Amino acid sequence: MTVRPELSPDTTQATIRATVLAVVAEHAGQEGPLLPILHAVQQRLGWLPPEAVVTLAQALHLSRAEVHGVVSYYPHFHLQPVLGAVVQVCRAESCLSRGSEALHAQAQAHAEAVGGCHVESVYCLGLCALSPAIAIDGQPHARLTQQRLAALLDRLVEKPSSAPLASSQGASA
Amino acid sequence: MSPLMTSMTLYVPCDSAALAVGADAVAQALQARAQADGVDLHLIRNGSRGLFWLEPLVEVAGPHGRVAFGPVAPEDVADLWPALLAEGAEGAGGSVNPSIAHPLCHGLTAAMPYLARQERLTFARIGVTDPLSLEDYAAHGGWVGLKAAVTQAPEALVQAVLDAGLRGRGGAAFPAGIKWKTVAAASCAPGGVKYVVCNADEGDSGTFADRMVMEGDPYMLIEGMAIAALAVGAERGYIYVRSEYPHAVATLNEALRRAQAAGWIGADVAGSGRRFELAVRMGAGSYVCGEETAMLESLEGKRGVVRAKPPLPAIHGLFGQPTVINNVLTLAAVPLILARGAAFYRDFGMGRSRGTLPFQLAGNIRHGGLVEKAFGLSLRELLFDFGGGSATGRPIKAVQVGGPLGAYVPAEQWDVPLDYEAYTAIGAVLGHGGVVVHDDSMDMAALARYAMAFCAVESCGKCTPCRIGSTRGVEVIDRIRLLRDRPAERDAQVELLRDLCDTMLHGSLCAMGGMTPYPVLSALNHYPADFAADLGQNPKGSAT
Repeated sequence: MTVRPELSPDTTQATIRATVLAVVAEHAGQEGPLLPILHAVQQRLGWLPPEAVVTLAQALHLSRAEVHGVVSYYPHFHLQPVLGAVVQVCRAESCLSRGSEALHAQAQAHAEAVGGCHVESVYCLGLCALSPAIAIDGQPHARLTQQRLAALLDRLVEKPSSAPLASSQGASA
Repeated sequence: MSPLMTSMTLYVPCDSAALAVGADAVAQALQARAQADGVDLHLIRNGSRGLFWLEPLVEVAGPHGRVAFGPVAPEDVADLWPALLAEGAEGAGGSVNPSIAHPLCHGLTAAMPYLARQERLTFARIGVTDPLSLEDYAAHGGWVGLKAAVTQAPEALVQAVLDAGLRGRGGAAFPAGIKWKTVAAASCAPGGVKYVVCNADEGDSGTFADRMVMEGDPYMLIEGMAIAALAVGAERGYIYVRSEYPHAVATLNEALRRAQAAGWIGADVAGSGRRFELAVRMGAGSYVCGEETAMLESLEGKRGVVRAKPPLPAIHGLFGQPTVINNVLTLAAVPLILARGAAFYRDFGMGRSRGTLPFQLAGNIRHGGLVEKAFGLSLRELLFDFGGGSATGRPIKAVQVGGPLGAYVPAEQWDVPLDYEAYTAIGAVLGHGGVVVHDDSMDMAALARYAMAFCAVESCGKCTPCRIGSTRGVEVIDRIRLLRDRPAERDAQVELLRDLCDTMLHGSLCAMGGMTPYPVLSALNHYPADFAADLGQNPKGSAT
């Protein structure tokens, strides 16, 4: 896991802990609140660091394994920090029929060569009448061509993750 | 605003498919032009009409009705503006046949053949109204079903849904009324409440009808769920929406807030004295959570792993309580059944498939979109009368009906009526009404491999046929493709694949493993040449 040197691990851990506890408090009284809490924590931190999992397990009276099991089960949750925009390329049948594999390869090549984005495969964005489709940070783009994808990717400047990156040490708080 | 200013009403959809092709930029360009020209513009962000090849579709309210222009790009606005004013400026005469007015004009929206030929019951309001406007909803027949429901006994509500012949639109086509009856008769554990859960985890490729309902007419879904709650005695409800649909989540949350403030849900549903608390929950990218028991696990905050049935969710569902689980389209059909009567709905359709199904035309199709028709039309009508053939102009080779777990339907079966039983009889499924078109450049062996690979990615891992069978399936299909020119060895692998499919069909816990053989075997049975010899070209779909 990448450690950003300018952040002291202690500060980061305290921030993560405070964020998680605030989110848990906001969801007090909800039934089966784990998924809404994980969504809210990820929205604020950009990913779900190990410290967040530990804090959540304590706050919700669950085992660490249970929380980790849930986080790791769902593709939407990030156990690693995400650098740059999240580019979801649909690779399901409808988009497949309109050349999505070439777009996926193009996006991945761009991410490796230029950066600024994190490429994920998704299986359907519900834009199938306008395939091929992608979403960038949740914003949909459809009827894509290689030229339009290139223009969209070029617009993504390298932006740091909204997350304060945490060290993987000290996770046993 | 000067009193001499001319006014005009325009519609630009806010549906996420319209946004994906630049509807916001078009709306901004129209607003800027109106400001520059001193036109008092009423810009309404409606849902989509579902004619997606024409999105962004701009409509202008004229003296003869709404007139459609599309697809409109921001740079078209300058050229389009005089035509819009001629139709829609206050006092303008408009034209009965305005399609000659501009190359992008399609005449009166309601008269466009793609729309005029449909039987829109569930989609009657979508694209017409402002999705979040309570006034619009009420003015277009909204809440009539719920108002009727509060005056009736719960048993009468269940009976109406039974009489309408409404079957689950999520794919399994189980009669909704029987499910409701089971929940109504079941009793809660001490301290518990009954639930209504809407399955809005629309993960099938080629489907977007649920999304259009949630983004384009959210109060219809809320009304349907409130009626379901009154019918079975439920006090709480959840709409489980996939995380790939952030716009639908946002629209639903706002709609819930407004519906609650207006007293349609909450502590006193429409003045009935009954409580129904409804909330949206977001999934997290797992396809199998569209399976109802996996969805319940996910709602409870667990891994989305399938439960063994029995017990049925109707008796032992969310948090162990009796739970109605219906798809978006099932619940969205309910208000109309209560408003117009069971017979009105039942009189559409054929055989045991009553009412309408919103078909979704997708993939390699020229005119992709939403086509709501009574059961019984043919795939050929959908593909050619509505769809206009493939987008690439090449011959259509295969059509997958019913999502990634649906069979590939070859040309010789395109005249079979789209009806649950008729499709079952040919080894296919209607599923959620998704129709994905592939042209003749597609390698069907690659698509068969894709189906197995998708199952391997999305399997929850609970049962062996699905968890391990899918990976073995990918390997066997790879071997078949490698052995294309060695018939004897290839045939042995084909037999192995058929055996494996048989095991998955009969031994899987849910439809994930149990139906993955549908696309695989239909590809194998109807397109044997693709498994036999190298196509000698660069087929698509091979990189998975």
